[in-house]
Amino acid sequence: MNLSQRWLSDFVKVDCPPREYAHRLTMSGSKVEGYEIEGEEITNVVVGRILSVEKHPDADKLVVCQVEVGRDEPVQIVTGATNVFAGALVPVALDGSTLPGGVKIKKGKLRGIVSNGMMCSVSELNVTVNDFPGAIEDGILIIDEDCTPGEDIRTALGLDDTVVEFEITSNRPDCLSVIGLARETAATFGLPLTLHEPAVKGNEGDIHEMLQVEILNPKLCSRYTAKMVKNIKIEPSPRWLRERLRASGVRPINNIVDITNYVMLEYGQPMHAFDHKYVNGAKINVRNAAEGEKIMTLDGIERTLSPEMLVIADEKAPVAVAGIMGGEFSGIMDDTNTIVFESACFSGSSVRTTAKKLGMRTESSSRFEKGLDPHMTVPAVLRACELVEMLGAGEVVGGIIDIKGEIPEPTKLMLDAGWINRFLGIDISKEEMVKILEKIGFTVEGDVITVPTFRADVEHKADVAEEIARFYGYDKIPVTAIKGTAEGRLTETQKFERLARETMLSLGAYEINTYSFISPKLYDKAMLPADSQLRNSVVISNPLGEDTSLMRTTTIPSMLDTLSRNYNNRNLEAAMFEIGNRYLPVEGEALPDERQQVTIGLYGRDADFFLLKGMVETLLDRLNAKEYDVQPDSGNPTFHPGRCASIYIDGQLVGVMGEVHPLVLQNFEIGVKAYAAELDLRTLFANRAAEKQYKPLPKYPATTRDLALVCDEDVPVAKLQKAIRQASGKILESIEMFDIYRGKQIPDGKKSIAYKISLRASDRTLTDEETNGAMKKILKALADIDVTLRS
Amino acid sequence: MKQQLETIREQAKEAIGRVSDAKVLEDLRVKYLGKKGELTAILKQMGRLSADERPVIGQLANEVRGDIEQAIAATNEKLKERMLEEKLKSETIDVTMPGRRTMVGKKHPLFQVLDEIEEIFLGMGFSIAEGPEVELDYYNFEALNIPKDHPARDTQDTFYIDDNVVLRTQTSPMQIRVMEKQAPPIRIISPGRVYRSDTVDATHSPVFHQIEGLVVDKGVTMADLKGTLEIFAKRLYGEDAQIRFRPHHFPFTEPSAEVDIMCFACHGEGCRLCKGEGWIEILGSGMVHPKVLSGCGIDPEEYSGFAFGLGLERIVMRRYNIQDLRLFFENDLRFLDQF
Repeated sequence: MNLSQRWLSDFVKVDCPPREYAHRLTMSGSKVEGYEIEGEEITNVVVGRILSVEKHPDADKLVVCQVEVGRDEPVQIVTGATNVFAGALVPVALDGSTLPGGVKIKKGKLRGIVSNGMMCSVSELNVTVNDFPGAIEDGILIIDEDCTPGEDIRTALGLDDTVVEFEITSNRPDCLSVIGLARETAATFGLPLTLHEPAVKGNEGDIHEMLQVEILNPKLCSRYTAKMVKNIKIEPSPRWLRERLRASGVRPINNIVDITNYVMLEYGQPMHAFDHKYVNGAKINVRNAAEGEKIMTLDGIERTLSPEMLVIADEKAPVAVAGIMGGEFSGIMDDTNTIVFESACFSGSSVRTTAKKLGMRTESSSRFEKGLDPHMTVPAVLRACELVEMLGAGEVVGGIIDIKGEIPEPTKLMLDAGWINRFLGIDISKEEMVKILEKIGFTVEGDVITVPTFRADVEHKADVAEEIARFYGYDKIPVTAIKGTAEGRLTETQKFERLARETMLSLGAYEINTYSFISPKLYDKAMLPADSQLRNSVVISNPLGEDTSLMRTTTIPSMLDTLSRNYNNRNLEAAMFEIGNRYLPVEGEALPDERQQVTIGLYGRDADFFLLKGMVETLLDRLNAKEYDVQPDSGNPTFHPGRCASIYIDGQLVGVMGEVHPLVLQNFEIGVKAYAAELDLRTLFANRAAEKQYKPLPKYPATTRDLALVCDEDVPVAKLQKAIRQASGKILESIEMFDIYRGKQIPDGKKSIAYKISLRASDRTLTDEETNGAMKKILKALADIDVTLRS
Repeated sequence: MKQQLETIREQAKEAIGRVSDAKVLEDLRVKYLGKKGELTAILKQMGRLSADERPVIGQLANEVRGDIEQAIAATNEKLKERMLEEKLKSETIDVTMPGRRTMVGKKHPLFQVLDEIEEIFLGMGFSIAEGPEVELDYYNFEALNIPKDHPARDTQDTFYIDDNVVLRTQTSPMQIRVMEKQAPPIRIISPGRVYRSDTVDATHSPVFHQIEGLVVDKGVTMADLKGTLEIFAKRLYGEDAQIRFRPHHFPFTEPSAEVDIMCFACHGEGCRLCKGEGWIEILGSGMVHPKVLSGCGIDPEEYSGFAFGLGLERIVMRRYNIQDLRLFFENDLRFLDQF
């Protein structure tokens, strides 16, 4: 909402610099986004009267003018404009003047003739031909106003207003008006508010004989008020009115349209004017549209309506979509003779849904949808008629149509001063509260507050507290600490998540943050088969595009996408992780299962499967995971079938890790081998081992034996280790694989694996017999799975 | 013979004193003290001495031996010291050469600052609550006093799953979830991802992070809200940070306030950074609307509360002077490595 300070001064005389005005209104709740001092950049530009126009002796396209500018001597100005003539009043930028945009004007010579300045066009003064209806785009502005040579052009043209731009919150449609902001201004500065009672003289004829109105849906239309004007004379509005519209950001059009806009800006009440002769049957019905009913709106688009929409209709068809836009057919034309001013109040939610459905948000609809005051329709329509008379734009017909639907009673609330003080943490008297409330139009009798009808947002004592607070001053509310004590702490799962993050960081991985969305294309790139369970995603019904159309069911594609971006940005190596959710739809539930994952991604110099696996193992170790199983997984389509493993704890899948499938790498345009893992944090949390207990440091020496074993190539080493572990029992301290060998001395299809086995008892030194016995058992167990000692 | 011994002593001590090499020293030891050494040779002649002379010469011989041994030991010590010195000298390295670094990962800048914010509130007795990102319309809007036809819905471009399920547009639904589950006193913050259907550009992202705060107890006042957020601002921005509370409107708080921080660049004068206002908005806040409390089964006559919400990305962008929001989601290592 752009507020002209000149317009504001009709209602409240406030005398303070714009910066302070902006600050104080902001602090009382009407946020000022900025302000513009019109003509601020214009200096030393005055009104001039052209005394003579002569041809330039040396240039065909130039003329030399003598211009009276209120000085003893006229000034000589050379111009190329063709619309100048003796006697014309024009804006003259004198030597040393500045124009909007910081343009400086100095005297000079044009083809040898001195020119002591410049005559200005509309655009040079940063105004438009709409503001000055007689003016032309490419010529000097010929001033058609009452002014004298030498007068500052800013006052002569009304370029001396200050316009303050407000950000009005959706609960305050009353402040989308000059009067509403005047009320706030008056209350903020403690100044009197002078409201104007519109007076209409015309009473010839009776509107009731010319028009009938019926509200068929009183829920959606709480009031319909109408006045008529005949013998309309369409012409431009006077300058003062155009200036105010211009300051408010509204383009002047003609007197009637300008009046409806003026009243809307002044009162906040949208108005609609339509041609009476196109109202078939002289009857207006405010009714719901019929299914499929059509109307051509003022913007020239044919709209198809549906039954929940409210229309203003004549006997035959809709003439307007209620509160949104009028029909083209009944609009004001040059031949319009008699008009109807409609000033009505429509249901906010109805206007909102209709506007949304038709995809047409107008100045009018955006006001109605916030909920307007049904008591505003009469003063607004009278103000429009008053302006018609003031402008001589037509003759107001006597009588007023004012049909009421369901108008709510004014809200009444109890003034509970004690509660308000306690709620805000302040201590002011009830009298002071009453004073504040009365300043902004509330009435208080005893303890009963009557809320003004234009403040439908106030419906609870907390709302009253806000009114008190903002005029008492938010800055005056003291600053206190919350009473009572509270213990702030992390939950076990939050600590678990932090531990996972810290571990990944200490492993050298960089933390990343990716979208939760996924594109079905990324599922394709990750080679998920068409029937993959993971393609069953939460679908966004109104996505920005395909890329953000699904909620991801796996975090791996997001990681691969990130690796790809880094690879293609020439980052030579990468180790990354993300702690983020995947979203799994749950049959029969409205909301999906959001599962927090740790996702790891690697490529570059040292990256291989076992580096990844080492990171995963360290993470599992730090997270105190129970004993887990790593099983080869050749069925995961995203990974190399021979280089992928799934991790299980007690048969529960915890995660997957592997070398990314070469075709997937190709799909993601990653030109090197890459590795990724995804682990489910919640499953890991649920499968933590018992809390760690201290084990006494060993008192007795360990015995170590090295074993060189030979087995078939395809036997996983985990199988050997499992056998050794089971066979050696309690005295096994550790098994360390320190070599794996294929080649000379080892038959084809076999491999040799070397282990260092460390045995120790906590209560004694192991005897040779014990050690030998254990080794014998181990060898026997190995023999059982066809593993032999290397000879 | 006595004379001989004295001569040996003198010669030996003199020779040993001059030695600067371990090998030479060993040779000297052999020369004087070895089985075929000079001293041994003399002692072999002891048999020829008289019984009177024998003890005297024997004692002298022992003395000479002792002296020589001592001289050898002393020189040996000196040689060792020198050798160590030389070794150390030869091992000198150029300590100005670059160190060999171990790769350590870095936290994403968003989460570095989030951790900081969490620490501040944990220190003030707040716990951290978490909740779903795919959320019921009821929690995201209706329970927050934003019914279906409320104009505030237009300002939040919402991603819908269906009529009843949305991607949460704010972390505020967590207020409701916490209040439904937990009886006052409540003191929580709830950080997390939120979603708006904004087209991606330098200042908009369909995914971003908010941090919600909620305090509910008997006798909580708006002055407490001011106090809490002032401490927060000073902890995050430094002791000289100044904030102001400005009336605003949120459907689920009443009174509502936006909180501005005095512009760091111009200190309230107005400059390009703060668009001439002198202040920069950092968060929204207010007293929990009594309707919202009672909707969660908390009696607004008995309890009151305040809530606030802040956007993480904007705080981090301002802190590091990052102009483009997209960098947070692109995860280029050259970006991540800077923090």
